[in-house]
Amino acid sequence: MVTTLEERMRTVRFRVDDRPHILVNAGICKDCSVRACVYVCPANLFVPLDDGGILFNYEECFECGTCYIACDKEGAIQWSYPRGGYGVTFREA
Amino acid sequence: MALLSKATSLALVQNVHRLVGLPNGFPPPEAPPAPRVRLRAPGTRSAEHVDVAVIGAGPAGSAAALIAARAGLKVLLLERGEYPGAKNVSGAAFYGSAIMDELIPRWWEQAPVERYLSRRVLAFMAPETSVALDFRSARFAEPPYNGVAILRPKFDRWFADQAVAAGAFLLNAAVVDDVLWEDGRVAGVRVRRDGGDIRADVVIACDGANSLIAKKAGLQRQFHAHEMSLGVKEVLALDEATIRERFQLSGNDGMAVEYIGSITEEVSGGAFLYTNRNTLSLGIIGQISSLAQHKRRPYELLEGFKAHPAVAPLVRGGTVREYSAHIIPEAGWNMLPKLATGGMMVAGDAAALCFVAGLYLEGINYAILSGIAAGETAIAAYHEQDFSAASLARYETALKARHVLGDFHGYRHAPAMVNSERLQNLYPAVIAHAAEQIFRVRGEPKQKIGPIALEALRQHKVAPVELIQDMLNAGRSFGW
Repeated sequence: MVTTLEERMRTVRFRVDDRPHILVNAGICKDCSVRACVYVCPANLFVPLDDGGILFNYEECFECGTCYIACDKEGAIQWSYPRGGYGVTFREA
Repeated sequence: MALLSKATSLALVQNVHRLVGLPNGFPPPEAPPAPRVRLRAPGTRSAEHVDVAVIGAGPAGSAAALIAARAGLKVLLLERGEYPGAKNVSGAAFYGSAIMDELIPRWWEQAPVERYLSRRVLAFMAPETSVALDFRSARFAEPPYNGVAILRPKFDRWFADQAVAAGAFLLNAAVVDDVLWEDGRVAGVRVRRDGGDIRADVVIACDGANSLIAKKAGLQRQFHAHEMSLGVKEVLALDEATIRERFQLSGNDGMAVEYIGSITEEVSGGAFLYTNRNTLSLGIIGQISSLAQHKRRPYELLEGFKAHPAVAPLVRGGTVREYSAHIIPEAGWNMLPKLATGGMMVAGDAAALCFVAGLYLEGINYAILSGIAAGETAIAAYHEQDFSAASLARYETALKARHVLGDFHGYRHAPAMVNSERLQNLYPAVIAHAAEQIFRVRGEPKQKIGPIALEALRQHKVAPVELIQDMLNAGRSFGW
C-alpha cells in the first residue's frame, strides 16, 4: 500500500500566514545546476521550472531548515520562522 | 510568593500580550487557555523586565524554566508554536526517566507516556535480508523505566505545564527574532511584534536544532550539510490489540527498533520504529549532504523503508495519522556552539546536544540535563546579581558535572564513523550476506563460519587494510 506525498501532506495541519517566511531568489537559482532543494525538501515545495528557475511555495512548510542547509548558493534562500502561532502545528509527531 | 487569582492572571496575560504587541484573544481559540501564573513579590524592576527569558518550550526550555521558577525567579517561557510541542518532532524514545524523576518524582504516573520500552532491537539491513539484535529486559518494564515512547506535542505540552505550575509564565505564539544587547552582553529578547522587546538578566536559548538565535548571538557558526540530518516520520494508527500481538508485547510494554544499513539505500542514515499505545511512530533519517548528493527524496526513502520485507508486515493496515519532518544535529562534539556568553546560555538541540551514535539515538535526555544545568547557573547568577560571561561560564562546569560534556567528548569519533560509507552500507550487507550463508541449507557439505565470513568480505570487496582501520576506528568510537 503506497502512500503518496499528497496524501501524507493532507494529514498535516498548517495555519498559513499571509506573508512568506522563506524567500527564494530566483535570479540566483537560475544559475544553479545542483538544485539540492528540489530533492531534499520533505514537503516537495521547490519545483524546477522550464526556464531554469525555481517555483517555491511556503504554505505547507515544516520549517525544518533542510533547504537552506543543503543550498550552497549564498543568498538564494532567505530563511526565517513564520509569525508566532502560524505555520505547521503538529498534533501527534 | 502569592498565588494570583484567575482574574489577575488574565490581566497579566493581557499585559504581556500588550507588551509583545499581540492583540487580546491571540493565540486563536483552539490554543489552550492561558495558565495561572505565580509571580514573586513586585520588585523594583519595570514590567518589561524578567529575570530569565527562555526561548522555546521544548524539553530543554521547560526544564530550565521549571528549575528557575521553583527558585522564585521571574521566568518567561516563550514558545513560537500555538502550544508547546506544536513545532517539535522526535522518534520519539525518551531515555531520561531517572533525570525527570529528579525534577518531578514519579513523573510517569502523570505524564502522557505511550509505552515503556522494554524491547530494543538493532537491525542491520540489506535490500532483501536483515539481521537483528533483539534485546528484552523485564527490568526495563518496571519503574522508573529505562525508556518510554512519547509523542512530542503531548509530552512537551505536559512538561511546559509543569514549568507553569512551578511559577514560570508561558507565552505561546511568540517567535523570538533576536537577542538584545547592552554593554557588550545579551540583555533580553526581541519578539516579532512592534514593541516586542523584553529585557532579561539571563536569556536561555532552547530554540531547537535549527537555532537561529544561537547564530544571531554569535555562539554558533553556519551548519555544514554533512552535520545535519533530516528525519521524516509518520504516525500510523493501529489498534492496541494488534500492536501487542504483532510486536509481542504485554500491557503497556513497548519496543524501539533502529535500522541501519541499506534501509535508506545509498543515502547515509537509518530508520526507526517505535510502538505507541495505539499508533506506531516510524521514519527515516538521512544526512542532508548525502540526500543532496544522491538526489534522493526523503519521502520516497520512507516509502522504501515501509516496503522492505522485514518492515512491511509490521506496518500492514496502519493508516497515516500525521506526517512530519525535522532536522537533527548529528555531529555531536564537533558542532557544539560556544555554550555561554554574558547574559546568555544555549541548551538542548540548539546547543547540538543530540547524541547520535548508531546504537544510541538520544536527545531529549540531554536537552533536559542541559536545561537543568542552565537553570541552575541562572539561579546562582541571580543570587550574586552577576550575569557576566565569567559568571555564566559556570554553565559549562554544570554540564560537566552532569556528565553531558563527558558523554559527547567520549563519543566524539562516533558520528563520523556511523555516517561513513562502509559502516552505512558495506558492513551491514556483509553481515546480512554471511548470515544468509550460515542459515541456508543446501544439502552440500557444511561450511564453517570462518570461510563463510571471509567469502562474504571478499564478495563485497572489503579490503583487509580498511577492515582493520575500521575495526580500530570502531573501537576508538565505541570501545574505549
